[in-house]
Amino acid sequence: MSDTPRPDAPLRPGEYRPDDVSEDGDDELESHLKTKRMRINMGPSHPATHGTVRLNIELEGETITYLDPEIGFLHRGFQKSCENVTWNQCLPYTDRLNYVSALANNFGFLNAVEKLMGLEIPLRAQYIRVIGAELHRLQDHLTATGATGLELGGFAPFLLAMEARELIQDRVTELTGARLTTSFGRVGGLNRDLPEAWTDKVLRTLEKTLGFIEEMETLMNTNRIFVDRTRGTGVITAEDALDFGFTGPCLRACGIDYDVRKAKPYWVYDRLDFDIPVGQNGDNYDRYLVRLEEMKQSEKIIRQALRDIPPGPVIVDDWRIALPPKPEVYGTIEGVIGHFKLIMEGVQVPAGEIYDSTESPNGELGWYIVSDGGGRPYKVHVRAPGFPILSGVPRMVTGRMLADLIPTFDTINMIGGEVEQ
Amino acid sequence: MSKLALDRISERFPSALVQRYVDRAGGEWGVVDRSQLLDVLALVKNDAALAFKLFLSLEGVDRLQLPENDPRFEVVYFVHSLVLKETLRLKVRVSEDDPVVPSAHAIYQGTNWWERLTFDFYGITFSGHPDLRRILLYEEFKGHPLRKDYALRDRQPLIPERPLKDIFRGPGTSGVQ
Repeated sequence: MSDTPRPDAPLRPGEYRPDDVSEDGDDELESHLKTKRMRINMGPSHPATHGTVRLNIELEGETITYLDPEIGFLHRGFQKSCENVTWNQCLPYTDRLNYVSALANNFGFLNAVEKLMGLEIPLRAQYIRVIGAELHRLQDHLTATGATGLELGGFAPFLLAMEARELIQDRVTELTGARLTTSFGRVGGLNRDLPEAWTDKVLRTLEKTLGFIEEMETLMNTNRIFVDRTRGTGVITAEDALDFGFTGPCLRACGIDYDVRKAKPYWVYDRLDFDIPVGQNGDNYDRYLVRLEEMKQSEKIIRQALRDIPPGPVIVDDWRIALPPKPEVYGTIEGVIGHFKLIMEGVQVPAGEIYDSTESPNGELGWYIVSDGGGRPYKVHVRAPGFPILSGVPRMVTGRMLADLIPTFDTINMIGGEVEQ
Repeated sequence: MSKLALDRISERFPSALVQRYVDRAGGEWGVVDRSQLLDVLALVKNDAALAFKLFLSLEGVDRLQLPENDPRFEVVYFVHSLVLKETLRLKVRVSEDDPVVPSAHAIYQGTNWWERLTFDFYGITFSGHPDLRRILLYEEFKGHPLRKDYALRDRQPLIPERPLKDIFRGPGTSGVQ
């Protein structure tokens, strides 16, 4: 967006700059209101910042002339922690990257580790991973679109979204045993199979969720206030979006159909029939619409996966990777040794490095993993999709009104956990 | 994967690629000479046949405890091409005495924050970066925590509260804490 004015050198705290009032040709009797540039803080604990981020904003009137997001309030030392635990013990840390879609992070990390090991997981586990990741994509998009409505003054869409999210969370709880921090899956597959009668419950949940989504659409899509505040605000061009590293709905809203599920299919995504919705204008309204459409596609994917899922094991049958079954541990010496070695030393991942990515709800979740051949990661670099998107926010709102910042922040769906590691 | 791009790089800049290898999963890597990094990145982005326009990420690696650890640091770059539908993996190696890499900010704007992150956690500086300061940690933090010689449970000194001269605290305190 080259037409927005470049900010001057930022003001230091306490420094003010008088406004440039043009004097030429004005009626000399007209008295101009003297304004000055003002620096304000938004956050770190602002209800509209979704997590903890401090925005240093410089305003001229109501126009943003300079914006500097300050992040790091939720920094937990993700990488350093991962380097000091075994591969499977990294899972709880990955939950907390994006706490709205923990399964996508769990599975993304495991997928990268398995690629590094050259390990093929059982087909049934691949299907369950798709189902879990798509359920959490639904949940993430529901939260994002619901919160967008909430912060632009519509409380009802938020309640509908939360009600649908609650249903999905209940299904996830039945599957994994936890609402938010799922830590589900293990290297080589999954730690448990689908619960009994779960499929039917999920199908009924999807039906209800679609109803809620449709109701949200009728409340928001043509709502005058909502459309006025989102259409044409927070615009980013496709070229800039690529340059900054936008992925996911934010990139697709600019009209670029890049989706890791189609570009580099993993698990069983190439067997499933779904579309990649794209926008046109790269503004807040398009990002919102892309998310809505993606939810419907996710619903389609889950239905197909539940229909096609084959019976079989959910984890590889190799005691160097997966824990032996309990009767073997209690009954045979080999079982005890397998169990002991896996718990004490962890899965042995051959030395090497890999960059691998999956499509998380907010975009490409990339992992650059280095192993030195031991039971612990040597280096775990996570390419969290929110990080580059947040770095592009100054470009999207500089020169625009302060009020545009709120919908922009909603639709990029910044998640503090993944941005600040 | 990425064979075409790496071939094109070595054709255009014969001395730019120090090493080429394939990782366990079949990903091709190119180790780029530091002095020609920006030329290489500009080439892969602007060449119409390659068009690696989508910048994915960049980060440092401290190779201190790996068998092959000279020079000590690596900076890895990942860019994606929507034309070729593949990801290009490049890396630059820098020594501990001179951990400076040219900033790619003028080529990919997205490198700005990733370079700050690498500086923050590894102490690798990026020459020509417009605003190189810590991003996740605070200014007074001592050391660079992702270096392998930074202890897991290392402690940081207490730092005094920063003066907040620009904030007016309201009547009764004369604006002073």
